[in-house]
Amino acid sequence: MTRSVIRLITTPEDHRIARLAAAAIGLALIDAAIPLPLPGVKPGLSNIVTLIVLARFGWGTAAWVSGLRVIAGGILLGHLLSPGFFMSLTGAVVSLFVLAGAIHLPRRWFGPISWSVLAAFAHIAGQLLLARLWLIPHDGLFLLVPVFAVAALVFGIINGLIAARLLADPSFINTGTPHV
Amino acid sequence: MSWLSLVRRGDWLVAFIGAMLCALSFALAWQSGVAEKAIVRRGGEIFAELELSRDRQIEVTGPLGITTIAVSKGRVRVVSDPGQHQYCVRQGWLERAGEIAICAPNQVSVQIAGRKEPYDSLSY
Repeated sequence: MTRSVIRLITTPEDHRIARLAAAAIGLALIDAAIPLPLPGVKPGLSNIVTLIVLARFGWGTAAWVSGLRVIAGGILLGHLLSPGFFMSLTGAVVSLFVLAGAIHLPRRWFGPISWSVLAAFAHIAGQLLLARLWLIPHDGLFLLVPVFAVAALVFGIINGLIAARLLADPSFINTGTPHV
Repeated sequence: MSWLSLVRRGDWLVAFIGAMLCALSFALAWQSGVAEKAIVRRGGEIFAELELSRDRQIEVTGPLGITTIAVSKGRVRVVSDPGQHQYCVRQGWLERAGEIAICAPNQVSVQIAGRKEPYDSLSY
């Protein structure tokens, strides 16, 4: 019997994605542990990683990190393929679409804070749409829109500020990866 | 390094638009719930305006006697009426804006008012 060896050839890019995704997953777990009064309202701390990756390495890497975070986060939190997972996935996908457009805004005027707020609003819009179509097919859901909108604005600004701060940090520029 | 220096000019704009969206969502989502009420008329004049969110029962005295009107779970109906044909009682619960029950003999009517009424009146 011959021993078969499966060797995965990984590039430095893969290592970088894995490292960044690990940071995002860690923050996603912290996110899930923070108690908040209303289900669905979350700070979305792992999006800080997405924003930093977007600014440093571009949209493709950000999409990888975001996707890995959703799937691995789903496995670790035990909600893979459950409604909560699909809400998370929808939010991530819609946000990434908006971010793909947002990064083309002139950098001189629009920074990570703009991206963060835009992505946060896209996130809740996508999730509300999915919830309305699939989970809670009733217009009463839209009574919660103001709550989600305010949460998106507040957490969007906070996450954007943190990302902007980390990106402006000189020690951070040299290593290129977050120390989480 | 101050946090404020990280905010670029366009970021302020985006945050401002976001705040406007929030204000708009408050106005759109939470306004209609307050406006829903039933208008009770006696002899063509407004006798009472009932909030549909609060369950209650009122009695209106007309030429023939007492008409009882009840609000429950966001709906309103005529519970009893001294009129001969009982049309307004048999109409049952009224739920949508614009729906009306008229107890003509006793000159009492109850109509649901809303932000937007789909029609002025209905006749069968």
